[in-house]
Amino acid sequence: MPALNIVEAVRLALREEMRRDDSVLVMGEDVGKNGGVFRTTEGLFDEFGEERVFDTPLSENGIMGTAVGLAVNGFRPVAEIQFMGFIYYTLNHLICHAARLRNRTRGNLSVPLVLRAPYGAGIRAPEHHSESTEALFAQIPGIKVVVPSSPADAKGLLKSAVRDPDPVVFLEPKKIYRAVKEEVPDIEYLIPLGKAKVVKEGKDLTIICWGAMVKVAEEVALKAQEEKVDVEIIDLRTLYPMDREAVINSVEKTGRALVVHEAPKAGGLGAEIAATINEKALLRLKAPVLRVTGQDITVPMPKTEDYYIPDAERVLRSIRKIMSF
Amino acid sequence: MIIGKYDPLKGERFQVLDETGAVVNEELEPQLTEEKLVGFYRQMLISRTADTKAFAMQREGRMGTYPPLKGHEAVQVGSAMAMEAEDWLFPHYRDLGALLIRGVPIHFVYLYWIGNEAGSRFPDGARVFPFTVPVGSQIPIGVGHALGAKLRKEKQAALISFGDGATSEGDFHDGMNFAGVFNAPAVFLCQNNKWAISVPRERQTAAKTIAQKAVAYGFPGMQVDGNDVLAVFSAVKEALDKARAGGGPTLIEADTYRMSDHTTADDASRYRPEEEVKAWEKKDPIVRFRNYLRAKGIWKEELEKNLQEEADKIVEEAVHQAENFPLPELEDIFRYTYKEMPPHLEEELAELKAAVEKRKAD
Repeated sequence: MPALNIVEAVRLALREEMRRDDSVLVMGEDVGKNGGVFRTTEGLFDEFGEERVFDTPLSENGIMGTAVGLAVNGFRPVAEIQFMGFIYYTLNHLICHAARLRNRTRGNLSVPLVLRAPYGAGIRAPEHHSESTEALFAQIPGIKVVVPSSPADAKGLLKSAVRDPDPVVFLEPKKIYRAVKEEVPDIEYLIPLGKAKVVKEGKDLTIICWGAMVKVAEEVALKAQEEKVDVEIIDLRTLYPMDREAVINSVEKTGRALVVHEAPKAGGLGAEIAATINEKALLRLKAPVLRVTGQDITVPMPKTEDYYIPDAERVLRSIRKIMSF
Repeated sequence: MIIGKYDPLKGERFQVLDETGAVVNEELEPQLTEEKLVGFYRQMLISRTADTKAFAMQREGRMGTYPPLKGHEAVQVGSAMAMEAEDWLFPHYRDLGALLIRGVPIHFVYLYWIGNEAGSRFPDGARVFPFTVPVGSQIPIGVGHALGAKLRKEKQAALISFGDGATSEGDFHDGMNFAGVFNAPAVFLCQNNKWAISVPRERQTAAKTIAQKAVAYGFPGMQVDGNDVLAVFSAVKEALDKARAGGGPTLIEADTYRMSDHTTADDASRYRPEEEVKAWEKKDPIVRFRNYLRAKGIWKEELEKNLQEEADKIVEEAVHQAENFPLPELEDIFRYTYKEMPPHLEEELAELKAAVEKRKAD
């Protein structure tokens, strides 16, 4: 069993799916010979050739539009957008066509594609490279939004995304692209979409998070332990549609919840999670649901980006606030 | 060979029939059977009859907004008749006339504008993409579809249809550019009807023609008389044959005119000079083709009577089917969001159902 980072796990998932199914295509900017700007598609061009791994003209809108057409024609395109900051060009085709074609044709046509993009801050990237705007996508009925937080999850979730009959936006937390290596089984396995994972069990407080924030939560859980707070960590894995049941089950047990996300607070998924907890588990709560998030500001450039990203200290302060309520 | 013969940069335009229906291009007059020629005429009559009926239904409150096709009969019928069974059509929302020929009966189009999603659930085997309301967005989708046919080495082309306004959208650029780069078997058909609601063609581009834009994408573009069904048919057929044979994309700009309003919610008299409309009425595509058929000894009063009676019957039947189509069930608005309904939708559906049933009971 090889030790892989997320980049390598993504690559392995793509390779396995392309070997399994001839209709799987990889397309985007620099995904061919160059192997992608983060090297996630490295080696695929050599193995599968230019008809299955191809560079496109530099237009995210064109990539998305043609990917929809390919999907309608029986292919399973995996389209790469180099950074989430450039994904907005795809929104028209994502919202107006990919997301609703099944519905508007009463199930006759569907769009089984994956739109992959690295997202989030923390790698000292230039302007427009560090946003975390997943909440924009979590209000588009007909699509799924998936975020892995580890190499093993990246493989299992991406393979499920490729096989999913509906369009999937697959957001890869680039801060931890190469941060951790872990054993990734080289056997066939899938991680179901729409199901959260209990990363760590605990009895006092539930942290709900995803992507790079799972690592922050794990770090905090150790520190909280020193303060006699036993934290449970839920990694949502799929942000939309969300596994509400997993969240509610955990909060019913702990009675306290904290959402940690890198995206801005206003209108963020933390609000959706807090509202869901209110609707379904209010009387089990021992304290208000709090949120530790990015700020409601433009993501700062590298010199100041660390102010923006939630860190262990900010999360710990909120835990103390909840515990002392 | 038609493609390549008419240089849009020199203002050249392909025409077989002049405005009176006289043959002006004997060399390129397609040699078609009487049956086929009558078939063109029949389809144009059905299109106009269906269009007139839809407009009337909207005025009677039996249909929502409807975009009339009047004036587009030749370009829609000529282009759709040029397609082979395996080809795919990516229409724009005014394309009723083309859909009928491609295996989508009129009542589907009526259902769509009445406001029922079932109108976009075309019959099995109809190789037609549903109407795209965001203008021009069908263009790169059609190109992607065509690219798929090429990757699979299938002899299949995509006919992508849109108006002059759509050529201002980024999707037009992306579709044309991707098609050129990938040599996709796509034919771009711009139904240049001179108006995008109230904005004239001159406000869409400073270029003299739309056809000349193809030059920049590395493939041929040409103008055809869009009110000349024979010219449209011949040009589109050659372009589709070329695409299927691996010869790459073509842009065809059909010079036509929107004889009616943009939609039933529009009043074109607010912005369009009366003289212009009158001038184009003299170029009516149906009258022109009738004159051609008459000169050939094919058209007779009796033929007209029979075809019009048939068209009326088909349209009445379509109205009946559309208006008696079963209403969608409450579940239907949830059922097709995903292949499998996720738990949160099950929950929302159950709550809504309970409320609706309670409302009914009260």
